[in-house]
Amino acid sequence: MNYSIALKTLVVKEVYRFVRIWPQTLLPPAITTALYFLIFGKLIGGRIGDIHGVTYIDYIVPGVILMSVISHSYSNVVSSFYSTKFQRNIEELLVAPIPNVVILLGYVSGGIIRGLLVGLVVALISLLFTPIVIHNLAITLSVALMTATLFSLAGFINAVLAESFDDISIIPNFVLTPLSYLGGVFYAVDMLPPLWQTISLGNPILYMINAFRFGLTGVTDVDIKLAYLMTGGFIATLTLFSLWLLYKGIGIKN
Amino acid sequence: MKALSIRNLRKTYHNGFEALKGIDLDVEEGDFFALLGPNGAGKSTAIGIISSLVTASSGKVSIFGHDIKADNAKAKSCLGLVPQEVNFNQFETVKGIVYNQAGYYGLPRKLALQRTELCLKQMDLWDKRDTVSRRLSGGMKRRVMIARAMVHAPKLLILDEPTAGVDIEIRRAMWEMMKTVNQQGTTIILTTHYLEEAESLCRNIAIIDQGHIVENTDMASLLARLHIDHFVLDLADPLDSLPVIDGYQLEWVSDKVLNVAVPKEIGLNRLFAQLSARNINVVSLKNKSNRLEQLFLDLIDTKAKGAHA
Repeated sequence: MNYSIALKTLVVKEVYRFVRIWPQTLLPPAITTALYFLIFGKLIGGRIGDIHGVTYIDYIVPGVILMSVISHSYSNVVSSFYSTKFQRNIEELLVAPIPNVVILLGYVSGGIIRGLLVGLVVALISLLFTPIVIHNLAITLSVALMTATLFSLAGFINAVLAESFDDISIIPNFVLTPLSYLGGVFYAVDMLPPLWQTISLGNPILYMINAFRFGLTGVTDVDIKLAYLMTGGFIATLTLFSLWLLYKGIGIKN
Repeated sequence: MKALSIRNLRKTYHNGFEALKGIDLDVEEGDFFALLGPNGAGKSTAIGIISSLVTASSGKVSIFGHDIKADNAKAKSCLGLVPQEVNFNQFETVKGIVYNQAGYYGLPRKLALQRTELCLKQMDLWDKRDTVSRRLSGGMKRRVMIARAMVHAPKLLILDEPTAGVDIEIRRAMWEMMKTVNQQGTTIILTTHYLEEAESLCRNIAIIDQGHIVENTDMASLLARLHIDHFVLDLADPLDSLPVIDGYQLEWVSDKVLNVAVPKEIGLNRLFAQLSARNINVVSLKNKSNRLEQLFLDLIDTKAKGAHA
């Protein structure tokens, strides 16, 4: 049995799905982030001044890019897999001789590709406002890839456990968005009062955004090694949990 | 070789409902097999377990000798499933649905395209290949599901009420298609509520009720057990009252139409002789209902009475 064909079929289907509806999937982040860069970066940022030696717009670009990667890798998998469940065409996969790991890899790959593609679009939009000089390409790419992987996995778990369309909007609206905004996209942690600095250190997104910022600008509020360790640990945990859900058939089998 | 072998299969759902109470079933390779039963009897649960959509509580299922747990991939490769309800992506094109399924079964691109074309042509859907599936009629959607199930050339095809809700013309065309597929060597298991369908297509039959197999035999033996045939008589002239004829049970439908129950040991000759003697002329005669339906109802009824005794 050639599982690579099944994987390729699944990934192509997933990519084709979000490319086909590009006005809903690729265009909105371009417009939203252009407004971020214009309003926060140029109009307000010009009055804020430098943070840790870089201009305000250069400081927020990595956070805005990674925030887009997070939300789009997550939403791609959660909406695609939940729709597959809802329309019952998950049965097409369950009756076929596809191992659970291939199903997971197929959906997560779709999320990663969309997340990174949106990240690239946002990065290109940022070039209209400020030049990007990459400090460390390997860190930049690896952090973006790991972040997209982590949130694709999270989206997958959300979709598996969801029982209604409401369930797939709760996490993005009430967890992901607040954590992203409080993850140091628009400010440095040391700008917060001491108590909030300590609380912020419990936010995993803070580590990812700062690691990505380090890759692009060389500036960070956290230890990069800790950021890699934390992200890698979450990826491993969520992968095992996803495979366990598929093995038990929770949310997808009777 | 056995296309399907089921041993002591049980399923109890989380709410405590026991859908299958230890069923045994064998389907031989090449067979056209009917799995019948009333709603809620356990048919869909059994099919769900065979096709890995439902997890069994206990028991063993093998498809062409491959255990569905121990040898899952090989067992699945032998199986094609046409489910009861439409379950494909309604925003996908007809060709995309079938082609993707070929990919899930590991068919290389060139072969997948060839098989997709072949199956869609067999189902008379090639002209609709680029149509988004939600725009298809109900009958076409069912044919898409059959094409999808056949794209990897399965050795065992399970059709779960494939003709439900389609018009007579399409149903007949689908019967011919199923016969052809079976003649080409594919074993078919059919569930249906149209017992005429099972009677005319299937060679062997199992009837499931309340989680038990209540009958498992060949169609000819089962039908031979029928002692009474039901006919509809069209009369040349209107009647004033229902005639009474010894040995036959007649029923009034209208002044020119009668239903009659004919015991096989008596036959029709005596009936016609008695009618002629009363100057009642019969213009035409036809079977009132298909024979299997009567047996099916008898079997289910007997079982139900047994359960309540």
